[in-house]
Formats: sequence, structure tokens, C-alpha cells
Amino acid sequence: MNDYSITILTFIAIQAIVACGLNVIVGYAGQISLGHAAFFGIGAYASALLTTKAGLTFWTALPLVILLTGAIGLVLGMPSLRLREDFLAVTTIGINFIVESVFLYVPFFGGALGLGGIPSITFLGTRLRGPNFLYLCLVFLAAVLFISRRFTRSWGGLACFALREEETAASSMGVSPIRFKLLAFVLGTAMAGLGGALYAHLMRFISATDFGFTLSVSMMSMVVLGGIGTLWGPVFGALILGVLPEVFRPLIDYRMLLNAAILLLMIRFQPAGLLGEGSLLRRLFRPGRDSTHG
Amino acid sequence: MQLFFEQLLNGVAMGAIYSLITLGLALVYGVMRILHVAHAAVYTAGAYVGLYVFSLTGSLLPAVPAAMAACAVLGVAIERMIYTPLLKYPPFVPLIGSIAVFLGLEEIFRLLGGPYILSFPAEFPFPGITVRGVVISPAIISIYAVSAAVLLILWFVVTKTELGLAMRATSQDREIAGAMGINSSYTISMTFVLGSAVAAVAGILVGIYFNQVYPTMGAVPAYKCLALIVVGGLGSLPGAVLASLLLGVGETLLIGYANIPLPRDSLAFIAMIAVLLWRPQGLLGNR
Repeated sequence: MNDYSITILTFIAIQAIVACGLNVIVGYAGQISLGHAAFFGIGAYASALLTTKAGLTFWTALPLVILLTGAIGLVLGMPSLRLREDFLAVTTIGINFIVESVFLYVPFFGGALGLGGIPSITFLGTRLRGPNFLYLCLVFLAAVLFISRRFTRSWGGLACFALREEETAASSMGVSPIRFKLLAFVLGTAMAGLGGALYAHLMRFISATDFGFTLSVSMMSMVVLGGIGTLWGPVFGALILGVLPEVFRPLIDYRMLLNAAILLLMIRFQPAGLLGEGSLLRRLFRPGRDSTHG
Repeated sequence: MQLFFEQLLNGVAMGAIYSLITLGLALVYGVMRILHVAHAAVYTAGAYVGLYVFSLTGSLLPAVPAAMAACAVLGVAIERMIYTPLLKYPPFVPLIGSIAVFLGLEEIFRLLGGPYILSFPAEFPFPGITVRGVVISPAIISIYAVSAAVLLILWFVVTKTELGLAMRATSQDREIAGAMGINSSYTISMTFVLGSAVAAVAGILVGIYFNQVYPTMGAVPAYKCLALIVVGGLGSLPGAVLASLLLGVGETLLIGYANIPLPRDSLAFIAMIAVLLWRPQGLLGNR
């Protein structure tokens, strides 16, 4: 593989990590979030500031970054809990716009110039780059998938499923909506923070426009395309949406149009996603298993 | 003092334009419970069609109805082809569909109209007024007059006509309204016709006011107006108008006098979160 395709794959792996985080919030807990790029950005800026201004290494900064992003997720998640679905969607869009403009206008965050000079990640004394950086991202992706899977089998995950399906019934059975929705929100935003930290050290330069609402929409597209609430869906979605533009290089002018058209066709004809319940692929590979769902 | 009054007039004009766009969203949310992000693309289409017909004929008289008609068709097409088939899914499915339509249409405008800013050199057939040194430009006068007329017509349609009655019934409960003999799919389509035609007027007014028409001119209204219908109370028409006017005046005065380091577009969302913390149902919402 040449450097170019390794870079593309590294991007895809990072986006898959962030999309898995969004999947925990949207797919498992049923909370619509259209501001996920904000937390991706918070992770990236936190890691960039901790390594450039506070002089920490990537490895000592990372736990702090994840904790910080999760904590901000908790704070921003709290007002969202009082809101119903549509209000929540608009509020998360708002959070995205506000966070982006704070990065863009507050001089501490580098303002319009962005933040540069972010150090590379070193591991056992060697600088990680090229394939090694990709392996690092894949290890983190595996960890995120493992945590997602453990979460779906845990008491917290089951409580989230119950709340997603029927909040009133679940809360009358003693499942606290606030606790478990926040749990999912914190877990999902922490994963976005991890992805953001990796992104910052891969690019070594970040600016506010990298974390705008468009990115939130494409994160959402990945989750929708792959299959909301499935384990592998977000990874699959990130892979397809990452590879397609490269395959269709000659159509570069129509790239956004193509993305929008794919999203539209998916949502119109396969809203459960490629790996979701009752989807074409799932019927092909697991015939009969989904028949009970009609 | 003179500057203050000019700022105030500009603020109310911005608010009036916001309210023309936001009303369409509030109408659609009322009858369908869908956040119609693509409405901002309909508004951009209105500006483009208006500009195109204007540059062909050199007059606004055919441009405005042509834009209104084109946008009405576009609005109903979005409703029939995207929203109606998606109604049976959870609300985020049509919302994402709507965002996809919006992004796709923006790209189509870019491909058809070019990525650059076009100017809209329309002149009004009347001069501006100067009252005690405060200059009121013809663009501001026409924004006030047109917005007031549109608001009056919409108020009349919604409260006094049979269509308005059907719209209000559908927005309360679509199934019961259908059982009472209301043709709900016709009512919904008519709602899109009304909202989209009004958005076309807003698009032309904005194009002339700022003398700019460009593919992404809908990007800011798309999400700002979502914040406005949420602040007004989802589906409440007076709430939508009130929130729009407050935002237009508020942001113009704040930017002019308070020297806030944040861009004006994030102010709407900060205001929205503040209002929602205080009244989770919105200013004039009742749920």
C-alpha cells in the first residue's frame, strides 16, 4: 500500500471511532445528536493544547482528554435531557455552532489561525507515522468496538434500549431516564474525544472549520448508512463514505451531490441502514433470521 | 440617536425576513411534525428563479410570481417524494432526509448557477424617505410593506378560511382530522405551497436587500430558523414571528453596541438554549 491509501485508511479508522461514539448516543440510547463534531473538536483542541502549551506527551494527555470530553458531554447533555426529540436535535445543532464559533473567535484556541505545531505520537521511543499510526488507530477502534459490545450487554446498555423503545414504560419499571441517557451521552462523547485526539496528532494542525456542522452530518450519514444501533454499522458506513469519493475521483465536482444522493436514497429506501434489521445485506447473509421481525 | 433608529429599522427588517422564512417551517412542523431543513434550499431557489426571470425581463413584476410558483412546485415535490413516504419512521429519519435534500439542492444550485456571488440589481420604483435625518431606504420600505402584507394574508388564510381550518385540525391530530372528512394529504400539500411561496418572496427580498444571490445563502437560515421555531414554541405561528423579530432586533443592536466577540449566527443558538432552559416548551408553546 502506498502512503496515500494509508492516509485515507487512517482517516477512515478515526472517523469510524467517532461514528461508533455517535452510534452509542443515537443507536443505543435513541437520542438524536446532530452536534457530534463539536465533541470531536473538543477532543482535538484539548489534546493539542495539553501537548503544545502544557507540555504533556500524547499518552499522558489522552486520559485527560477523554475525561474532559466526557465531562463536557455530561454538562452539555444535561440541558438536553429535558427536551423531546425535535427540540433535542435542534439543540445539538446549536451546540455544534456555538462550540465551533468559540474555537474560531477565542484567541486562547488560536482563533481563525488554528493551532499548529502539535507533536507526533511517540511509542517506545519511535515516532508513529504511516502504517504504524494506522495500526494505533485500528487498536483504538478495536477497543471502542469492544466497549460498545460490552455496553450493549451490560445493565446500562439494556436500560438504554428499554428507554429508547418506550421511555414511559421503562421509567415506570425503575429505569432512570436521566442516568442512563447521560451515561450513553458521556460514553459517546468520550469516544469522539479519543477520535479528536488522534486526529489532532495525525494532522498536527487543526482549525475550527474542521469541526463544523457538515462533519456532524457526515458522521450521522455514516451511522445511518451502516445501520443505526448495530455494532459494525458505523465502521461499515465510515468505510463506504471514506472510500467512495476516492473511487469516484473523476466525479470530484459532484462529490457532495453524490454524498447527499447516497444519504437520501438510503434514508428513503433502507432507513435501517446496510446492516440494520430487515436490510438487503442482512437478508442475503442471514436468511430466515429476520423473518420474525416482518 | 439617529444611528440607533437606523439600526433599529435594520433589525426589524432582518426580523421580518427571518419571520417570512420561519413561518413556512412552523406551518410544516404544525401539520407534519417534521423539521423541514430543506426549506432554506427552497428559499435559495426562490432567489435564483427570481433573479433569472428578472434578468430576462428586466422587471420584478413577473419575477416574483414565477419564483413563488417554482418554489411551490419544489416544496410539494419534496413533500411528496421524501417526507410522506418517511412519515412512518421515527422523527430523525425525515430530519436526516431533509438535511440530505438541503445539501443536495445546494450542490445543484452551485452546479447550475456557478459558485460565485451574483448581484441582484433591482431598483424600486419609489424613492427612500428621510425622517429627521433617519434615512429609510426603498429596500427597507418594501421589506416592511411586503412582510406586513404576507403576514396579514397568512393570518387571514389560517384563521378565516376553510383551508386554514383544515390545517389547524390536521396539526392537532392528523388521523382524527382525516376521520372527520378532511383530505389531509391535500391540506399538507397546500401547506407546503403556502410556506414555499412565502419563502420565495423572502429569497427575493434578501437578494435585493444585500444585492447578493449565491448557492450557500440558505446555510445560515437553515439552522437559525430551526432555532427560531424552537424558541417560538414548535408549530406556533405567533411564536415564530415573535422569536424572529426579537432575534432580528436583538442581534443587530447587540452587534452594533455591545461589541460581542462571537459571530451573530451563534447568538441565535445561545438565545435558544437560554430560552429552553427557562421554558422547555418555547416562548408561546403550550406543551
